[in-house]
Amino acid sequence: MPQPEDRSDAYLAAREAALGWLTVNWDPQLSVRAWWARLADSGWGFPTWPEDWFGRGLSADAAAGVRSAFLEAGALPPPASLGQQLGAPMLLLHGNAEQKARFLPPLARGEESWCQFFSEPGSGSDLASAQTRAVLSEAGWTVDGQKVWTSGAQWADRGMLLARTNRDVPKHQGLSFFVIDVGQPGIDVRPLHQMNGEHGFNEVFFTGAHIDDDRIIGEAGDGWSAAVTVLMYERFMASLPTAMPGRKAGQLDEPAGAAVQRAAQARSSGRTGVSELVIDVAARLGESGDPVLRQRLAALWATETINGYLARGGLSDRESRRPSAHGSLTKLARSELVRAGRDTGLSVLGAQGLLQDPAVPGGSEIRHRALSSPGASIAGGTDEIQRGIVGERVLGLPKEPRTDRDVPFRDLTIGTQRQAP
Amino acid sequence: MTTLGATAEQEELRDSVRRFLADRAPLTRVRELMETEDGTDKGVWEQAGSQLGLQGIAIPEEYGGAGFTFAEQAIVLEELGAALYGGPFLASAVLAATALLASSDEAARRDLLPAIASGETIATLAFTEDNGSWDPSTTRLFAAKTGDGWRLDGHKSFVLDGGSAGLILVLGVADGGLSLFAVGAGSAGLTRTVLPTLDQTRKLARLEFDGVTARLIGSVGDAAAIMDRVLDTAAIALAAEQLGGAQRAFDMAVEYSKVRHQFGRPIGSFQALKHRMADMLLEVESLRSAVNYAAAAVAEGAEEVPIIASLVKAYASETFFHVAAENIQIHGGIGFTWEHDAHLYFKRAKSSELFLGDATYHRERLASRIEL
Ligand SMILES: Cc1cc2nc3c(=O)[nH]c(=O)nc-3n(C[C@H](O)[C@H](O)[C@H](O)COP(=O)(O)OP(=O)(O)OC[C@H]3O[C@@H](n4cnc5c(N)ncnc54)[C@H](O)[C@@H]3O)c2cc1C
Repeated sequence: MPQPEDRSDAYLAAREAALGWLTVNWDPQLSVRAWWARLADSGWGFPTWPEDWFGRGLSADAAAGVRSAFLEAGALPPPASLGQQLGAPMLLLHGNAEQKARFLPPLARGEESWCQFFSEPGSGSDLASAQTRAVLSEAGWTVDGQKVWTSGAQWADRGMLLARTNRDVPKHQGLSFFVIDVGQPGIDVRPLHQMNGEHGFNEVFFTGAHIDDDRIIGEAGDGWSAAVTVLMYERFMASLPTAMPGRKAGQLDEPAGAAVQRAAQARSSGRTGVSELVIDVAARLGESGDPVLRQRLAALWATETINGYLARGGLSDRESRRPSAHGSLTKLARSELVRAGRDTGLSVLGAQGLLQDPAVPGGSEIRHRALSSPGASIAGGTDEIQRGIVGERVLGLPKEPRTDRDVPFRDLTIGTQRQAP
Repeated sequence: MTTLGATAEQEELRDSVRRFLADRAPLTRVRELMETEDGTDKGVWEQAGSQLGLQGIAIPEEYGGAGFTFAEQAIVLEELGAALYGGPFLASAVLAATALLASSDEAARRDLLPAIASGETIATLAFTEDNGSWDPSTTRLFAAKTGDGWRLDGHKSFVLDGGSAGLILVLGVADGGLSLFAVGAGSAGLTRTVLPTLDQTRKLARLEFDGVTARLIGSVGDAAAIMDRVLDTAAIALAAEQLGGAQRAFDMAVEYSKVRHQFGRPIGSFQALKHRMADMLLEVESLRSAVNYAAAAVAEGAEEVPIIASLVKAYASETFFHVAAENIQIHGGIGFTWEHDAHLYFKRAKSSELFLGDATYHRERLASRIEL
């Protein structure tokens, strides 16, 4: 299918330079570990990171050009746990020199996988109402509480933890941000099952878990600003299918060539775009001539194409490498695309859409995407929350009257139950 | 059309079905059964027949039924849909029973309907094939006359409860046109494969016919007319189920939005959710009115049934899925879990949307039927 080709100069230049490097350096015989180490040293794994820290200081638009070079070269893409995608940008903005030196190298080389301990049973959209507590003593911080919907905690070496360190001040002011080691006795990771049949997220219980004092990011009580940085980056997240970083997934010692094949096969059709997938299945089923379906297929393709332009337009704000509220728009656009892909895809399948394993190639992927679709408008901040951000921060509309901003945390109603006094 | 409001008797029926299902087929049980191949609790099915007479509710007394109308059956279907009941009601009491009632074959009705009415026999109607078309005119399964009977060769797919039914009514093409046949599940040459489904509470099967001996129902060539009536009735029956599911999913969303707090207030207090729930109520109530009207039309054998059937199936498909998806959204993370029931409604809504043709398909039929 022809794609409009109107890429920016930055995109094209980065793509060409990365392709040049990959052509010379990509070696499928290397272990995943050795390949990622080589990639980290080159700066092509994380091109938006600064040159001092495994990057090249490029814009997000240029980074999209680099991603396309990985696909073109057939090379194993860089590691992409939430540590690489969110933790590193957060450290670059909020971490001290020692924390960057400690955490960035193992992230860049894919030796570590991180997760995000933000949401709690009582606090999702209202993340600033988190109740998990961290208490400081001479030995360091002690954590008690519960996190939930924690994606990838089962593979994580460390987690980004948002915890309450002061209950006597308004909720945003009493939070602190930590990097916590997951493999310790006070942390119990229990699997949760998702409606798509997968086990992606977990509930995690902290009972007297320990954090060294030097693992707090910024000052105690300042955690909200680092959390907001993470949330903003989360709306822009873009990565390619790759191997799983960290020791627990057990993929570091595999040949990189085998890993890249498996990553590609994880999508049965080998396609990343939903419109291409659905259009292909429609053609296989001989439905591309149906006038109503043609309209829907063209609309799906148009939506996805426009989303691409929108994401690139917003990324220009990221020249400073700081994401903006524009990310909320692209996230909303993605939710809409996911829903359209689900409905058009299943309509294309028709009766075959009733089955767990549709016989047509690509059918199972449509089914799987459909059953995962509700996650898109919930994870990383719901559509409703994104609309609120657009209204208040992009449009500058007056803020919704809030009853809970200036009240000490201990007096608030959280989740479905009343706070214990 | 005479009655649109429910009678006291109908409300009593609704109550007793609802209580029966809450007691004997709660969602915890639905979850256990959806993991099984036939999805049916035999004891509950038998009780539904022996205590409540549900399977035979719309079957005339002369064929062993209770002799009520489709209006009462629609109430039963609505409650079954609300409970995500996974047994073969739609297959046996609607598809198969309507096919027999629509045929001109008095002997077959007398032979076969009483056991369907009591629930003793689980029957289904096998009419779709691998091409997935809901249009009976695309049928390929071939029926040939043998000495004193018929033999069937070909296949059927997407057959509702086709793996567990004891009696299978089969649509085939004979020399002389579309015809309906009856086949016993144990017949030689019949191979049944249960197909794993996206909505595990709905069981489908693929059936291979290799020279299967069959009994002709009615006469050769009369099945096109039978199928017209069956598919219209079934579309309205399914819409009644969809109404039940939509109402239950909607109730879940409203209830949760009253108890879940974020930002120091119930999430239902946010207009973003409140207005959407108001819109959803409008959809569900519109669907309810349409289903009631359609059920009365079937009960009276009104001429407009074909129009109403496509109208209501299209509307029900969109409403149920919309409400089921919004229910997950309003629940947030918990709604995305396997343990929460919201996804069961989401999957049932999708499968009900696709089964018998989606909204686009039915709007196209509607357009033809209102002579656009
Ligand atoms: C697949 C998946 C993966 C996830 N991974 C992670 C992870 O790795 N780490 C992590 O910390 N969390 C993770 N989450 C959690 C996710 O961030 C939360 O589910 C999300 O922020 C919503 O919070 P909640 O579930 O508590 O829903 P709630 O906040 O209770 O929301 C319920 C409903 O109320 C609405 N609502 C709430 N406030 C408002 C308002 N002010 N105005 C209008 N409507 C409102 C919501 O939009 C939603 O529809 C994941 C979630 C999913 C589905």
